[in-house]
Amino acid sequence: MVDVTPADAVPPAEVGEMELYHPHSWWTKYVFSQDAKVIAVQYSATATAIGLVALVLSWLMRLQLGFPGTFDFITPEAYYQFITMHGMIMVIYLLTALFLGGFGNYLIPLMVGARDMVFPYVNMLSYWVYLLAVLVLVLSFFAPGGPTGAGWTLYPPQAIMTGTPGGQDWGIILMLSSLILFIIGFTMGGLNYVVTVLQGRTRGMTLMRLPLTVWGIFTATVMALLAFPALFVACVMMLLDRALGTSFFMPAIVEMGQQLQHNGGSPILFQHLFWFFGHPEVYIVALPAFGIVSDLISTHARKNIFGYRMMVWAIIAIGALSFVVWAHHMYVSGMHPYFGFFFATTTLIIAIPTAIKVYNWVLTLWRGDIHLTIPMLFALAFIVTFVNGGLTGLFLGNVVVDVPLSDTMFVVAHFHMVMGVAPILVIFGAIYHWYPKVTGRMLDETLGRFHFWVTFLGAYLIFFPMHYLGLMGIPRRYAELTDMTIMTESAHHLNSFISIMAFIVGFAQMVFLFNLIWSIRHGREAGGNPWRATTLEWQTPETPPAHGNFGKELPIVYRWAYDYSVPGAKEDFIPQNVPGTFGPSREPA
Amino acid sequence: MAETTHTGQLNRPDGWRGIAADWASDQRAFKNVSWGKAMMWIFLLSDTFIFGCFLLSYMTARMSTRVPWPNPSEVFALRIGGSEIPLILIAIMTFVLISSSGTMAMAVNFGYRRDRRKTAILMLLTAALGATFVGMQAFEWTKLITEGVRPWGNPWGAAQFGSCFFMITGFHGTHVTIGVIFLIIVARKVWRGDFDIGRPGFFTSRRGRYENVEIMGLYWHFVDLVWVFIFAFFYLW
Repeated sequence: MVDVTPADAVPPAEVGEMELYHPHSWWTKYVFSQDAKVIAVQYSATATAIGLVALVLSWLMRLQLGFPGTFDFITPEAYYQFITMHGMIMVIYLLTALFLGGFGNYLIPLMVGARDMVFPYVNMLSYWVYLLAVLVLVLSFFAPGGPTGAGWTLYPPQAIMTGTPGGQDWGIILMLSSLILFIIGFTMGGLNYVVTVLQGRTRGMTLMRLPLTVWGIFTATVMALLAFPALFVACVMMLLDRALGTSFFMPAIVEMGQQLQHNGGSPILFQHLFWFFGHPEVYIVALPAFGIVSDLISTHARKNIFGYRMMVWAIIAIGALSFVVWAHHMYVSGMHPYFGFFFATTTLIIAIPTAIKVYNWVLTLWRGDIHLTIPMLFALAFIVTFVNGGLTGLFLGNVVVDVPLSDTMFVVAHFHMVMGVAPILVIFGAIYHWYPKVTGRMLDETLGRFHFWVTFLGAYLIFFPMHYLGLMGIPRRYAELTDMTIMTESAHHLNSFISIMAFIVGFAQMVFLFNLIWSIRHGREAGGNPWRATTLEWQTPETPPAHGNFGKELPIVYRWAYDYSVPGAKEDFIPQNVPGTFGPSREPA
Repeated sequence: MAETTHTGQLNRPDGWRGIAADWASDQRAFKNVSWGKAMMWIFLLSDTFIFGCFLLSYMTARMSTRVPWPNPSEVFALRIGGSEIPLILIAIMTFVLISSSGTMAMAVNFGYRRDRRKTAILMLLTAALGATFVGMQAFEWTKLITEGVRPWGNPWGAAQFGSCFFMITGFHGTHVTIGVIFLIIVARKVWRGDFDIGRPGFFTSRRGRYENVEIMGLYWHFVDLVWVFIFAFFYLW
C-alpha cells in the first residue's frame, strides 16, 4: 500500500480500462447478457422460483405433521421426498445462489468500483450452468419414482437403497448430477467474484475501505471454492456406487433378505466429506448476511460501523475456523470420542469472533440516529434471531448435551433459526434496501411493514415451539408421530399450531412477491440515493446503473464506506468518492 | 498490464500490520499478477482440494479394507522379453508427462520472446506428449479390463482397488485431455498471430496476450504435479 499525503492525493491507475462486450441485440442484452447486473437478476429470479417450490414442500410437510392422517396423498415416501428436496433447495439452490450469485454479482462490481466482473463471459456461463442444475433438479420431480427421499444430507447406505424413495430409481442420480452441475457453475462465478475483489478495485479502494458486504461475500466465496470440492467428490463417488456398483460408501449389507453386491465401503467417509463441505456451507450463507447486515445497520442508524477492523478480522477468523469444526455434526456417528472433544472445542471457539460481531452491531446502534425503515427492521430482527439460534448452538456443540438432543426437533429449530430464518431476514432487508437501485423505485412501505411483522413474529411462532418439542424427545424426520407415548395431546396441538403459522408466514411471502412485481411500475420514484448512503453503488450517474456502471470515468475513492454523521460535514453522510477533509472521521488509519 | 508506479513514500507499519497493509493495498492485492493469472491460480487451489479429497478417500478405503489390497507392482507389470517388469508402463507415462512440462516451460519462454513459430511448435509438442500419455493410459485401462478388473471388483483382492483406480486416473486423464484440447486452441492462436494483432476472442471478445501461454502452462504443470502424487500414493505405495 502506498500511503500518500495529503489524504486526498489520487493514486495512479494500475490497470487500464477493462474491455466490455457491448450487446448488439435484445438477446445479448437481456438473455445471454454478460452484464453482472443482469446475471444477478437472472440468478435471483431463478433462485426465488425454485425457492417457492421449497416453500410449498414445507407446507406439505406441515400439513402432514400438523394434521396426521388427514391427507392421504402424503405417504411416508412422499414426506421423505418433501423433506429432502425442501432442505437441499433451500440451502444450496436458494440461499447459496441468491447470496453469492445474486447479491454477489450485483454488488461486488458496483461496490468496489469496477465496470463489471473481470471475466463477464465466464460469469454468464456460470448462470446458465446453474440454471441447468436447477432444471435437472426439477426434472427429478417428474422422473419415475420421484425425487430422492434420502434426507438433505443424502447419507449412504440408505440413500441408494430400495427402501428409500428414488434410491433405486432416478431420484438420487438426478440429485447428484444436479449438485455436480451446481458446483461447476458456481466455480465459474466464484472465481470471478474473488478475482474482482482482489484485483479489480478502483483507485483508492484498498481492501480496508471495502464495505463489509463485499468482505462477507468475498470470504464466503473463497470458502465455497474450498468446501464445494469435498461435496463434488462425495457426489461423484456416490454416483459411482449407485450407477456402477462400486463400494466407496457401501458396506456389506443385507436388503430385504438379499445380500447386496457391495462390500467394504465406509458410510462414515461420506459423512466426513459431506460435512467438510456442509459446515463451511453454514457460514457461506451466514457471512454474506453478516456483511450485508453491517451495512444496513450503519446506513440506517447514520453511524459508522463500530470496530471495522475487528469486523473484518472476525469474518476471516470465522471463515478459517469453520473448516475445522465439521465433525460436530457427527457426534452420534460412532467416531472416536477424542474427535468429539476436539471438534467441540473448535466449535465453541467460533463463538468468540461471532460474539465480537454481535457486540459491534449493537454498539453501532448505541446512540445512533436510528431510522426504523424496513431494511433496519429486518436487520434488527436478524440480530435477535441470530443470537437466539446461536445460543442453541452452544447446546448442540457440546457432545454430552448433543447426544440426547441429536435427531430431535430441537436440531430442526436450531438450524432453522440460525441458518434459515436469520439469513432470510437479511435477504429481505437487503432486497428492500437495494431494490431502489435495481429498479429505480421504492418497494411499497405498508406492504413491506406487513410482510416484516408477519414474517418476523411468525417465524418465532413456528420455530420456538420446536425447541420444546425437541426437549420432549420428539424425533425429526418422522412422517407419523401419532402412536408415540411421548407425543402428548399438547404436543399434537402445538404441531397443529406450528402448521397454521407456517401457512400464514408463507402467505406473507406472497404479499412480498406481489410487492416486488407491483412496485416495478407503481412504486415511488427512488432517485439515485434514497437512503443517503456512502457506498459507491449509490453514486452511479444513472439509476438503475447502465452497462459499465459508472459512465465515462470510474469513481475515485477517498474514504472508507462508513463516514456517517461526521462532525463538521454539511450532510450526515459523505460518499466514498467525495474528496476533502470534513472533520474527525473514524476511519482506521 | 502496466507495472505499479509509486508516487508517495512507502509508510509501512512493522510486522503483521505491515503484511496486512501490503495485502490490502490499493486496487490490487497482487501487484504484478494479471486477472487471468490470478483466476487460474485460485482455480488450481480449488482443484487441489478436489484431488486432495479423491486421494484421501482412496487412502481411507485402502486402510480400512479387511481384504488384502492387490500389489501394484504385480498388477502394473508388463511382460517384456520374457520377464515381468514392474511399473514399466507407469514409469514411461510419468517420463512422458514430466517431459511435456519441460516443453511447456520452453513454449512459455519463447512466447514472451514473441517467437510465434517456436512457441506454437513447442505447445503442439506438449499436446502430443499429453495425448501420448492419455493413449498409454487407455492401453493400461484396456489391459486391466481384459484381466478382469472392474470398478466393482477384481480377481486379486479389495473391490475398492478398481474403483479408486478408474476414478482417480479417469479424473486425472480427463484433466490431461482438456489440457490437450486447450493447448491446441492456444497454439492455433499463437500460430495465427492473434496475440500480436490483438484479435478478439470468438466467445469472450477479449483480446488475448502472450501471457495466455503462461496461464495455459500453469494448468499443465498443475496436472503434472497431481500425477506425481497419484504415482506416489497409488502406484508406489
